Amino acid sequence: MIALLTRDLRLAVRAGGGFGLGLAFFLIVVVLVPFGVGPETALLGTIAPGILWLGALLACLLSLDRIFALDWEDGSLDLLATAPLPMEAVVSVKALAHWLTTGLPLVLATPLFALLLSLPGAGYGPLVLSLLLGTPALSVIGTFGAALTVGIKRGGLLLSLLVLPLYVPTLIFGAEMARRGAEGLDTTTPLLMLAGISCGTIALLPFASAAVLRVNLR
Amino acid sequence: MTVHVSDLTVTRGGVAVLEGLSFALRPGEAVVLRGPNGIGKTTLLRTVAGLQPARAGRVEAPPESMVYAGHADGLKATLTVSENLTFWARVFGQGAIGPALDAFELCPLADRQAGALSAGQKRRLGLARLLVTGRPVWLLDEPTVSLDVDAVALFADAVRAHLAGGGSALMATHIDLGLAEARVLDVAAFRAAAPDAEDFDEVFL
Amino acid sequence: MNLNALWEYANPKKFIRTTERVLPWVSVLSVVALVVGLIWGFFFTPDDYRQGSTVKIIYLHVPAALMAINTWLMMLITSLIWIVRRHHVSALAARAAAPVGAVMTVIALATGAIWGQPMWGTWWAWDPRLTSFLILFLFYLGYMALWEAIENDDTAADLTSVLCLVGSVFALLSRYAVNFWNQGLHQGASLSLDKEENVADVFYWPLLVCIAGFVLLFIALVLLRTRTEIRARRMRALLARERMR
Repeated sequence: MIALLTRDLRLAVRAGGGFGLGLAFFLIVVVLVPFGVGPETALLGTIAPGILWLGALLACLLSLDRIFALDWEDGSLDLLATAPLPMEAVVSVKALAHWLTTGLPLVLATPLFALLLSLPGAGYGPLVLSLLLGTPALSVIGTFGAALTVGIKRGGLLLSLLVLPLYVPTLIFGAEMARRGAEGLDTTTPLLMLAGISCGTIALLPFASAAVLRVNLR
Repeated sequence: MTVHVSDLTVTRGGVAVLEGLSFALRPGEAVVLRGPNGIGKTTLLRTVAGLQPARAGRVEAPPESMVYAGHADGLKATLTVSENLTFWARVFGQGAIGPALDAFELCPLADRQAGALSAGQKRRLGLARLLVTGRPVWLLDEPTVSLDVDAVALFADAVRAHLAGGGSALMATHIDLGLAEARVLDVAAFRAAAPDAEDFDEVFL
Repeated sequence: MNLNALWEYANPKKFIRTTERVLPWVSVLSVVALVVGLIWGFFFTPDDYRQGSTVKIIYLHVPAALMAINTWLMMLITSLIWIVRRHHVSALAARAAAPVGAVMTVIALATGAIWGQPMWGTWWAWDPRLTSFLILFLFYLGYMALWEAIENDDTAADLTSVLCLVGSVFALLSRYAVNFWNQGLHQGASLSLDKEENVADVFYWPLLVCIAGFVLLFIALVLLRTRTEIRARRMRALLARERMR
């Protein structure tokens, strides 16, 4: 499992691996928003939690189709399926690698981007915590979507159509927690719900992902 | 480590292509699958490997005994030759990759990125992967594609050494590898009869 | 009653033969129920003292909304049957039901918007119920798109079944999340087993007839579409066999 993880991380940071693309996309979204809604600090501060959550979510979405597509094309997936690793482990490691290369950098960069959108001072902690809790769920759900569409040529658009509705609960609780934090309200309920969604998806969804991947390989 | 295939029916796209296949693959034995294109050799190999379910019949093999090598080599262009091999060795819980590099004369290329290799060199790397898995049963789909004469000889030597060590191989190939131990299985004889039009159950036929 | 006898209809041939006889009856009954229910509801019930004649849109809105949810439930059940028992008709019925459910969702949303304009003063509000229905519509779209995108029928049936299962869990989660996110304008349930909460009796009976009409219409459409799917499937299988010869 560690071999697979290190290989995926190494592939991501090598040339053409796409590492950093999500982060750049996130930055562009954050830069474009003031052009769209105007430069007023008060307005930007109000919508900052939502914009940052949406930006992070879309940045996650961008790199989903790479999770399995490359391994599918070069035959690695067939070989992994006959390897001693159970498919569930392969899927989980893939999701973890996706989170480490996409989700985690987004979480770390968020405070900087929040500065650009004049997020109120109280909002930084809850925002980063909500993304830290929520992005693993985004990666795991996205891995399920990627496993569903791996056999489909040009499945990128379909992947978005399938995955975005599944992102709704995570987005609602995550953005709600960030918003409440920015307004200085209690964040316990959305925090617990968000943590629950992440734990639930991490524990259960890999079984579904592995099942659909096996179907796609046959 | 014997693989028993009994009364196997394999399907492609929901339609049976080969049926009633039975054979045994014993240690030290190689079986070469022959038959025209499209007869279902690849489908048979994938079914035996467990990648797709059989419609009928059984494949009995010790767990984790087989390794499959298909048309694609599963190589990562941005990893070096030795990184590619080391990855598969670790996935299969094995150690050294030196012997595998030697067997396919890949040592001079060890630090080259796989993307910079020629087609034949890539194939050699893909075949070297078989050696680092440590699995006794090889399932090979057209293993000699894009190999030159010398490389085919290397491959034949590797198979011979594998068989001598108690391994076995099931391969689909048109090239005569000069393996004395090899047994030819012509799968054309097992071509599935076209389904009966009145049999509306199951697959809507 | 012997429940096992039910599985006989999983045989495509038997299904086609049985539905051949049932379909005309269901179709006629659904038309009768819809005509009676809608005419009764539109012309022979009084206007509401607060809502005026706009209240009458419930004869379309409530049945459509009910069927929008129940269609997904039916797809979930047929998907489970496909996963567990591998009956092809079951998977095809789920496929056949999806567009019907999507249209029902659109009817519920559209009639709701038309009613909301005079009553709430807006075509659309981000009310939990409205939002959940919009999300449900997205799930239908994704489900149908996945069916269309995959060439191999059995693979498509497997993948869409798992999507339906996972989607159901997330749809429920979304429902609670949306409730938490915004308290709404929408009134309570129009129908419930608890009599106190129901709409007044004069609206109740024509509404029940309309619901019966929608249910029958749904059954008729799903049977019809499933028959089409079975025949399309048979056609593809026959073509595949021709190619093999």
